Amino acid sequence: MTAPTKFVGRSVARLEDRPLLLGKGRFAADVSFPGQWHMRVVRSTVAHGKLRGIDASAALALPGVHAVWTHKDVAHIPPIPFRLTGLKELEPYRQTVLAKDYVRYVGEPVAVVFAADQYVAEDAADLVELDIEPLAPVLDACGDTGPFDDTHATEPSVIRKGYGDVEAAFKAAHAVVTLALSTGRHSGVPMETRGAIARYDEARDILEMHGAAKVPWWNRDHIARMIGRTRANMHLLEGHVGGGFGIRGEIYPEDVLVCAAALAFNKPIKWIEDRREHLIAANHSRQQQHNVRAAIDAEGHILAIDNEFFHDNGAYMRTHAATVPDLSAAMLPGPYRVPAYRAVGHIRLTNKTPCGTYRAPGRYESTFVRERLMDAIAAKVGVDGVEIRRRNLIGKSEMPYDLHLETLGTHIVYDSGDYALLLDKTLALAGWPALQADLKKRRAAGEMVGAGVAMFVEKSGLGPSDTVRVEIKSDGKVEVVTGVASIGQGVETAMAQIAADALGVDYTSIDVVHGQTDRIDQGAGAFASRVTVMCGEATRLASVKLRDKLLRLAAELMQTEPAALDIINGEIVRRDSTGPSMTLAELAQARPGELSAEDTFLSSHMVYPYGVHVAAVKVDTDTGAVAVERYVIGYDVGKAVNPRLVESQIAGGLAQGLGGALLEEFVYDDNGEPLAVTFADYLMPTAREVPAMSILVTEDAPSPLNPMGLKGAGEGGANPVGAVLASALDDALQRPGAIVDLPVTPQRLVRLVKTPPASI
Amino acid sequence: MTDKTALTLTINGRDHAIAVEARRTLADAIREDCGQTGTHIGCEHGICGACTVIVNGEPVRSCLMFAVQAEGKKIRTVEGLADGETLHPMQQAFMDHHGLQCGFCTPGFLMLAVGVLEREPDINDDDLLDVLSSNLCRCTGYQNIIKAVRAAAEQMRGK
Ligand code: FES
Ligand code: FES
Repeated sequence: MTAPTKFVGRSVARLEDRPLLLGKGRFAADVSFPGQWHMRVVRSTVAHGKLRGIDASAALALPGVHAVWTHKDVAHIPPIPFRLTGLKELEPYRQTVLAKDYVRYVGEPVAVVFAADQYVAEDAADLVELDIEPLAPVLDACGDTGPFDDTHATEPSVIRKGYGDVEAAFKAAHAVVTLALSTGRHSGVPMETRGAIARYDEARDILEMHGAAKVPWWNRDHIARMIGRTRANMHLLEGHVGGGFGIRGEIYPEDVLVCAAALAFNKPIKWIEDRREHLIAANHSRQQQHNVRAAIDAEGHILAIDNEFFHDNGAYMRTHAATVPDLSAAMLPGPYRVPAYRAVGHIRLTNKTPCGTYRAPGRYESTFVRERLMDAIAAKVGVDGVEIRRRNLIGKSEMPYDLHLETLGTHIVYDSGDYALLLDKTLALAGWPALQADLKKRRAAGEMVGAGVAMFVEKSGLGPSDTVRVEIKSDGKVEVVTGVASIGQGVETAMAQIAADALGVDYTSIDVVHGQTDRIDQGAGAFASRVTVMCGEATRLASVKLRDKLLRLAAELMQTEPAALDIINGEIVRRDSTGPSMTLAELAQARPGELSAEDTFLSSHMVYPYGVHVAAVKVDTDTGAVAVERYVIGYDVGKAVNPRLVESQIAGGLAQGLGGALLEEFVYDDNGEPLAVTFADYLMPTAREVPAMSILVTEDAPSPLNPMGLKGAGEGGANPVGAVLASALDDALQRPGAIVDLPVTPQRLVRLVKTPPASI
Repeated sequence: MTDKTALTLTINGRDHAIAVEARRTLADAIREDCGQTGTHIGCEHGICGACTVIVNGEPVRSCLMFAVQAEGKKIRTVEGLADGETLHPMQQAFMDHHGLQCGFCTPGFLMLAVGVLEREPDINDDDLLDVLSSNLCRCTGYQNIIKAVRAAAEQMRGK
């Protein structure tokens, strides 16, 4: 008898890969139904204006065009609801599925065309004439507010968070450090654009929507409500998903429109977004301006942080409502002791694409702010950046550490962490002293090179609950039915590894079902790096329960005690190796329909992974191009189910963080016309720009909040990239505090290089 | 613009008789008219490379070519890479080196890399990096794609 194979903790190959490599994936655009109509959205070409009329007669006259809808056709559909952080005062700013009286950004859906053919639908959409009276656009989220409508201004709410006596701390301070910082507008931009295909099955009275992602159950409930159905007669179905990153899978106008149209016309309705639409219509993110100050003592210990910021949310409050600015405010303190803290976050609307979350939402921004502040404090006190961080880090003995702040309906308590240890390990991996010496030498020889460090605390494992059902099929295969979604992160493999260990089977014999609302009634979905933690533990619990049941049933048939049995490689054997064994398939056939178990994991607190990034850069003084020569990441995830999957999450996050730090920006002209509408103007990193990196995944601080000690890994690659590159660029320029705005595009960097420090 | 031309596309050695408008892109024809949905569309303006297929031995962006231009040419798509159950060395290398996450960009990268390596088996690492930087991936950070392609290149050379 061989020892049971253990899968958790090993970098086993992914179960997901084979169909994807063979071209047998089923992405949204791959879903088609006979007789389907294609939907094309007519979008506003004006950033802000009064919608006076729409003339669709020419479009309707085109052969193959079936219908054109404007707001009056969907007037009964309420605005898109809030999924998270939905403050009451934000409700008047929700988006309707088609514009009613005003248009508020270029790209806003104003009408939809339904046609027999995609090309015809596009031709027809071009023929729909919009009569829009232009109004002055609001494009600056930090300046004066403007009108949203007759009764509402463009500042829907102000977020306030804090604790301690900030005023007293500033009065008592040895010195005060003040900075004005901004992060640019960029977003997840998955390689697959959005898509939604709705079909009404009259015989069963079921409306189904394909192309779901991220939060299919919540979306099922709310789309159903919006169009007058119930969760019982509506299904959302997830196929392969070409990247999520926070932006895909929220309810957008187009999802509701295809569903409403499938019902109204009793035809399958297919909508596939094109790239230009994606860049102006899917959620943007990240744009914030922070005015921050820190009170410090003579050694550079933080006494208080006071931060006022402006969050540019674009034209409407979408499903995330106040989530991003709320997280910015709540997570800003990071890994440091901050005795007193105040954040005032102005949520502002502008005439640009509405915003939502993007990988490490609110943290990419606030880590940039906090770490810029640490570098500024270091410069003020005259010590190096590593030393100033060490002085302020929360100690291991202080865990669990209550931050006295709340976000996403949870109280923030850092569950575990040894921040100083990870800093040491990461610097050691980077060869920090040698790197410093080398850079110094190169700078002396005229090269513009430098290095930086940034630290951060991430959050993951948002509850409140996940339920999983595990079942042995009659062929002995195991099915794990989850309430989460897959966005390409490897959820099938990770869940299979956990179930395999708990059950005693091979992970390749396990099918993991996700994103199907007709398979399990409840599911929280995939966001906030919650899947591995929440669904992982629920999978373990259900698998353990099923294993007990299997042994009990097998013991009856094998006429022995459950304790005398074990499951090894999918076979039920006697622990003393005597007598016959039984396969799971045999047991399933002997007790049909009985071999399943369900369990739920509840959690009211998030778990907090943490990390350190180190970067070394070289600036081309002529072109302003930045070459990242060295990149080292330390990240503690408590327990890695599959280290290679964790590493690849980190690597992908880094690439996105790098894009936002150096290249990617949704730029608008003075009229609110978006200038980044193709991949030629919205520049994402290629294989040339993303550096080789060293990733150290540690397990020094398992979470005490779940038995496996898991923490999520989805966002730690992206979180501090803007911060660390800014730090490294300061060092290369030998000008502390030079970088205050992201992205640091080549043009901006050239300007910095050419401007003498005194005149900045 | 609704006049359709009858033509035959030869994809992975199989003929597909279709009728399309002159303006129909090769990508759409492969996917919609010939039902080979392994070829993906990520931008339709020639930058992301998700739609890369091999036409007469050369990787091309099928969103930038009209279907009528591909008549009589040998088109290869991701569906034609594996030999029955056996993955092409490039596919196997992507699996071994974890060169994919969501898999949306993968067919384009596979066809790009296979197309280039078949023409230039001895391409040096730096030129290969240049080639790979012509396609976009949003999930992996590229390092594993580069490793996979280099490993497959070794293997393809060995054959
Ligand atoms: S779809 Fe052809 S290059 Fe992007
Ligand atoms: S694997 Fe998702 S885009 Fe490349």
